[in-house]
Amino acid sequence: MTTILGVPTAALFGQLLLGLINGSFYAILSLGLAVIFGLLNIINFTHGAQYMMGAFVAWMLLNWAGLGYWWALLIAPIAVGITGVILERNLISQLASNDKIRSLLFVISAILTFLLCYVGIGWSEGTSLAAALLVGAVFGAVWAHVARERISTAEGHVDHLYGLLLTFGLALIIQGLFRNAYGSSGLPYQIPRELTGGQNFGFMFMPNYRGWVVVASLVVCLATWFVIEKTRLGAYLRAATENPTLTQAFGINVPRLVTITYGFGVGLAALAGVLAAPIYSVNPNMGADLIIVVFAVVVIGGMGSILGSIVTGFGLGLIEGLTKVFYPEASSTVIFIIMAIVLLIKPAGLFGRAA
Amino acid sequence: MAEAALATRAPAAAGAALLSVRGLEAWYGESHVLHGISFDVGEGEVVTLLGRNGAGKTTTLKSIIGILQKRRGSIVFEGVETIRMPSRQIARLGIGYVPEERGIFSSLSVEENLFLPPQVRPGGLPVERIFELFPNLRERLSSQGTKLSGGEQQMLSIARILRTGARMLLLDEPTEGLAPVIVEQIGRTIAELKKQGFTIILVEQNFRFASTVADRHYVVEQGRVVDMILNSELDQNVDKLHAYLGV
Ligand SMILES: Nc1ncnc2c1ncn2[C@@H]1O[C@H](COP(=O)(O)OP(=O)(O)OP(=O)(O)O)[C@@H](O)[C@H]1O
Ligand SMILES: [Mg+2]
Repeated sequence: MTTILGVPTAALFGQLLLGLINGSFYAILSLGLAVIFGLLNIINFTHGAQYMMGAFVAWMLLNWAGLGYWWALLIAPIAVGITGVILERNLISQLASNDKIRSLLFVISAILTFLLCYVGIGWSEGTSLAAALLVGAVFGAVWAHVARERISTAEGHVDHLYGLLLTFGLALIIQGLFRNAYGSSGLPYQIPRELTGGQNFGFMFMPNYRGWVVVASLVVCLATWFVIEKTRLGAYLRAATENPTLTQAFGINVPRLVTITYGFGVGLAALAGVLAAPIYSVNPNMGADLIIVVFAVVVIGGMGSILGSIVTGFGLGLIEGLTKVFYPEASSTVIFIIMAIVLLIKPAGLFGRAA
Repeated sequence: MAEAALATRAPAAAGAALLSVRGLEAWYGESHVLHGISFDVGEGEVVTLLGRNGAGKTTTLKSIIGILQKRRGSIVFEGVETIRMPSRQIARLGIGYVPEERGIFSSLSVEENLFLPPQVRPGGLPVERIFELFPNLRERLSSQGTKLSGGEQQMLSIARILRTGARMLLLDEPTEGLAPVIVEQIGRTIAELKKQGFTIILVEQNFRFASTVADRHYVVEQGRVVDMILNSELDQNVDKLHAYLGV
């Protein structure tokens, strides 16, 4: 048996592949967080719940509508992204508004709709939640239209703390609802037929689905990086991140950019959820478990750095995999140890610009 | 009222003014900074706002473009009341803003900075014309925006709004801190823009520079317009102006 540093190569490469897969999820999720943080200046604590929602939407599409994995890959990010847009419009952006009625109307009408659908009609939690969001969104939009003369969204960013508390609360609500509906044991989701089986490279065996996850995640990350760094839309985003007031003074609709960005970041989380569904089972807690590590990745990479989150995501996945080989006891803490060291030496993160 | 009298003395006010500001008040948070600014700008005019540090010139421009949202009074541009509009809507009426700090984006290249502001009206200057006015920019297109020299950043800040089709330009101290040759170039540019029919509000500390390009001067003092001087009558009013500006 061939060994490297006393470790069988098959085991080594197996763990490296596992690390790369975890890294793929870290990268997509921390990229979404970075994009959102850049423009909204809030840490989206709902991100893990939205990742979980992506996996559940894939499961629902399959079991309720007979739509398989590839459809889920397209539909779930859009559907979850839309819920993100609704939350951003009616709650997150309203943190900076002088008009609190919109959020109030949204929350009250959403809760009443949920109760009506869930308790009254007897729909499932998922359907009732979707109905509640839609009705809330309609009330919110109608109010915004009626009161548009009076509303001014204050200049500058929302206080970190409020955004954090709001998105954290939303995560708890969403996870609670899903736990209530589906328990915590997890639902199975099959690997799509086209991606079953694997490749034997001699030195290791790679399941096709895992290879696909790495490639898909790389492509998505690089495409996102390209759009942000090299296109006109990306220039708008960067400008609005750097100086929203002036960007707006050129006639660019910054609030709409913010909404689109949040929806996109959330869509990325949902996409990761769909990719994860066949690997980890579909579970209401899947996001909560993962997101803690992802926050550490974001801190290490540097808040809001696009390239940083991609590189750090994959890199830390690999380091975690290597730790499993050489010192398994530390494998679940190594990322947090690195985080502590980075915070001490370079508080802005490896790729972050000091504020 | 004195303010109304000032406004009607403006030659351009004979026709309808392109921009008409009346009783403009503005606040930074609780701090009341503008206390009733009134003035007019006619189509094709170059008008300056002169005044000491902290008089409220920058605040006036910010109120016109809508960056400062806490404002009251009336600002009518081409017959449209803009006092309640968000800045993105005001910009789309055809007003271009060059901020005092120039506002070049460091996360954008020179080229991206140049093409950032969207077209708001047809008839913006073609890029070729812009490079004729500011030949330095052409060579630096791929540099990071803030790697340019101060003068080049100022040119970029002006250049990018010339593309958009905006016919009214708000220039906040475009010569501040620049070498005499650059000041001269910017002066020529403003003269050229005037010839092309742009309407310009120019905030200046340097009234010698202002006098080479402007038609009229409004004097701002403690958040009010206190005087209006025709450029043609500047010579008779130099002492008065010195008193206003404290030079
Ligand atoms: N962001 C701000 N917050 C609070 N007060 C401000 C702010 N910006 C300016 N001020 C105050 O408002 C008043 C008017 O300032 P403004 O910048 O309009 O003056 P200015 O005429 O442009 O002066 P300068 O010639 O120095 O540029 C000043 O008293 C200034 O201290
Ligand atoms: Mg100023």
